[in-house]
Amino acid sequence: MPQHTFLVNGERVTVDVADDVRLLWVLRDVLRLTGPKYGCGINVCKACTSHVNGKAFNPCSVRVGDLAPDDEVTTIEGLADTVDADLHPMQQAWVDHDVAQCGYCQPGQIMAAVALVRRVRAEGRAITDADLDGIRNICRCGTYTRIREAIRDGAERM
Amino acid sequence: MTTAPTSRTPDTPASEPPDRPGVSRRRLIGWVLASGTLAVAADLSSGAPSASAAVPSPPQVPEIFDLGDLQTNSALPTSQLIRIDLDEEGVAHFAIPRMEVGQGITTAAAMIIAEELDLPVDRVRVTLAPARPELVFNQLTGGSNTMQSMFTPIRVAAATARGALLQAAATELGAQLSALTTKAGVVTGPTGATLTYGQLSTLAASTEDVAVEVSLTPRREFSVIGTSHGRDDAVAAVTGRKQFTMDLFVEGALPTMVCRPPTLNGSPRAVRNLATVKAMPGVTDVVTVDTGVAVRAATFGQCIDAVRALDVQWNGGPVDGEDDESILAELRRAELPMVVPKVPVLASTLDLRVEFMFRSSAALEPNCAIADVRRDRATVWAGLKAPLVAQRNVARAVGLPISKVTVNVVTGGGSFGHKLFGDAAIEAAKISKAMGKPVKLMWHRADEPRQGRTHPMATSRVRATMLAGQVLTFEQRHTSVVTDFGHGLGERLTALAAELPANLGGLSLSQSIFTLTQELPYDFGVVTQLLNEVDTRFNTGSMRNIYSPDVATANELAVDQIAKRFGKDPYSFRMSFLRNAKAKRCLQAVAKAGGWGRALPKGVTQGIAVHTEYKGATAVLVELDTRPATVNRKIRDAVTGPRVTKAVIAVDAGLVVNPRGLEAQMMGGVADGIALALTSSNHLQDGHFLEASWDNYFYTRQWNVPPEFRCIVMPSDEELPGGAGEAGVAASVAAVACAYARATGKVPTRFPVNHGTVSFTPKSFVPSVPESPTDGLSYTS
Repeated sequence: MPQHTFLVNGERVTVDVADDVRLLWVLRDVLRLTGPKYGCGINVCKACTSHVNGKAFNPCSVRVGDLAPDDEVTTIEGLADTVDADLHPMQQAWVDHDVAQCGYCQPGQIMAAVALVRRVRAEGRAITDADLDGIRNICRCGTYTRIREAIRDGAERM
Repeated sequence: MTTAPTSRTPDTPASEPPDRPGVSRRRLIGWVLASGTLAVAADLSSGAPSASAAVPSPPQVPEIFDLGDLQTNSALPTSQLIRIDLDEEGVAHFAIPRMEVGQGITTAAAMIIAEELDLPVDRVRVTLAPARPELVFNQLTGGSNTMQSMFTPIRVAAATARGALLQAAATELGAQLSALTTKAGVVTGPTGATLTYGQLSTLAASTEDVAVEVSLTPRREFSVIGTSHGRDDAVAAVTGRKQFTMDLFVEGALPTMVCRPPTLNGSPRAVRNLATVKAMPGVTDVVTVDTGVAVRAATFGQCIDAVRALDVQWNGGPVDGEDDESILAELRRAELPMVVPKVPVLASTLDLRVEFMFRSSAALEPNCAIADVRRDRATVWAGLKAPLVAQRNVARAVGLPISKVTVNVVTGGGSFGHKLFGDAAIEAAKISKAMGKPVKLMWHRADEPRQGRTHPMATSRVRATMLAGQVLTFEQRHTSVVTDFGHGLGERLTALAAELPANLGGLSLSQSIFTLTQELPYDFGVVTQLLNEVDTRFNTGSMRNIYSPDVATANELAVDQIAKRFGKDPYSFRMSFLRNAKAKRCLQAVAKAGGWGRALPKGVTQGIAVHTEYKGATAVLVELDTRPATVNRKIRDAVTGPRVTKAVIAVDAGLVVNPRGLEAQMMGGVADGIALALTSSNHLQDGHFLEASWDNYFYTRQWNVPPEFRCIVMPSDEELPGGAGEAGVAASVAAVACAYARATGKVPTRFPVNHGTVSFTPKSFVPSVPESPTDGLSYTS
């Protein structure tokens, strides 16, 4: 079985798994990091949204073999460590706005939100309604309004 | 007495009996149970209103005795206990015999316990009870009934605990009971000496079960109930620590998926390449079950590959060759005739017929379950709103006695009615038995809209007669594909047959439920609302309400048309004809807050609607933007179309435990309503549903969300909470429908309005699931 080495939440991991197994299943079934959720497996629902080298991506659509040894994957479990706090400011905004209902989509929503804030900041601008309209993550409980409020609030705290 | 204003003294005077039937003037008995640390219990029937309420005729049934009452009363004969344990750390533990699926009942239960026990909310832990067969009918989460049925029992148990703690403290401190105060988990004596609940937890323990009479905190003294609290699992949810079924690791329970038939409810005949698939990387087992061919592998990714590789010969399904139009034709044939009473010759008639397409009730967490079936016993883990029914069905499926089946209830990633059924638990158990190994079963997303439960297709006909500014008659004939109630509600109804209002006699189960839930809140003369259901071939169920969203949409569209005939404004017409005071107040609230009638740009239209159910009411005002710049927005793989730019919802749900939680439920209800009116449906073609993805089944997405949303929680003097989980949907879909009709000048007759367009390329049916993409690294953002 091929071995794959990469970074997950700051730690170097090596896994024995076939090249073409999608990273979501390596995270969940092999490494038992269950924060990224399955909602479709075809990069539509975005419930598995995590970060690779600081940018949002969907591990359901990446072969583990396509990761390089220095690629740094961050899942929701490792988000707070990127700011060295119990909760990342976006997570705190989420708690303060009581965003989650069932909570299933929320790890992906938060990871997408953090990446969005980083992106618009890199572009030297503030988040717009159009940015928020463009978030594709499904929330079947429909807590979309609170998601929008929390993102704006979390962005100010980041 | 020197009592701090925020502290509470014992012996709350019984001088102020609550003024509502139900909680009133009845002795409330709690139990202190024999246990090492303090354990208390209360009967689940505590405070339930009597079932013998008279049912006068002219008001409709639900106004007097509704589905909530049915469920609440079904607890009475079971006489079973709920239990609160206090540990040595002073933390109260309660396993609620209901299912948390995002609706916030664990938070609300913690608040109720905190209130009555005088303990901080974060010192209360609420978990989900496993299947408790002795509860008989009283372990079903549905019909927005949890708060209604659990409110008083939980309070009685918590009050019992507080009483026992005070008794123990009085003994320990050598003080009079009346000289003690409690605050935030600490008892203070007359000299200022304190004892924590943790310290008292063993002292207050009993060696035998003792019944005690308790009185409850009067409503005016509530300090927790009625205040806004964040969810008890909020931190767990945002850190990824909240565990759902698929996040559990049960020894040996490897990932398992099912290759499903290409047509609805087809079945496998033979597998042509069994050996090849068994030899695929990671695959451990391949077995045939009634629903398809199951694959167990080291990872779900390898299950997907194996499912795609399977070459299966299939038997057809029961709806092969059918499509939307053929089922609609069947419904049309089944529509019951109108029987308009004799009205004056000059009366004018309004006829409206509206069609509602199949809709998938799938949550974001797909159907899933862990099962470990052995020769002599079985254990399952799943999100189950009716665990007792699942337990029975699992037992039947694997040939074990019910007592040998353990059912663990796991918090669900959404339900919306979908988790009323134990479909995944039953299927997982069958697969585990066939493989002789534990399995963690997951449905692929594509399986959900294609083979999972749907809200049945339905039609609603309305005929109203009018004369001289009055509505003389209003008749509704609702016709639906059969709704499956095989999740325990049927048993409840049957068991309670003798206690139901007399005018339910002779109705079928679904007709009874229709009669128990549907009411028209208007003074429209002679009103009849009847249901007929046909065709049992589909996998159906409730979907965040049973009939109400469709029925309300047809009714409210008709109301707008009647108003138009009278030359009246939709709002003022409703205000003149509504006979339900709560509905009127809600309507007034949204009209004011939403600015009904305000000047809007051409192409932006308001809609307003009301709904009454579960003895509460909701009203919704929306503004719908149908201008080309909005309608023609281009978003990849999306339906844009008209956008609701503002939604204001007012809800009267009786006594509110957690306003913030109630607002969340309303926000979700509005999101559902928008999808049901505009975008979300299943298309039946050639015996199968085309949808296989969230980019096929167009539930509300961020680009459909109203930029402006407001929820108004109406003050209520009710002593009990009403239903909330479903309350937000019906008026929302109706308001959007009404706005759409006003915008286009034409009443839509099919919902969702975009159903006529298939806005995607259907995914393959063989293989039954799509391949996972490999280009994810090209789309980082």
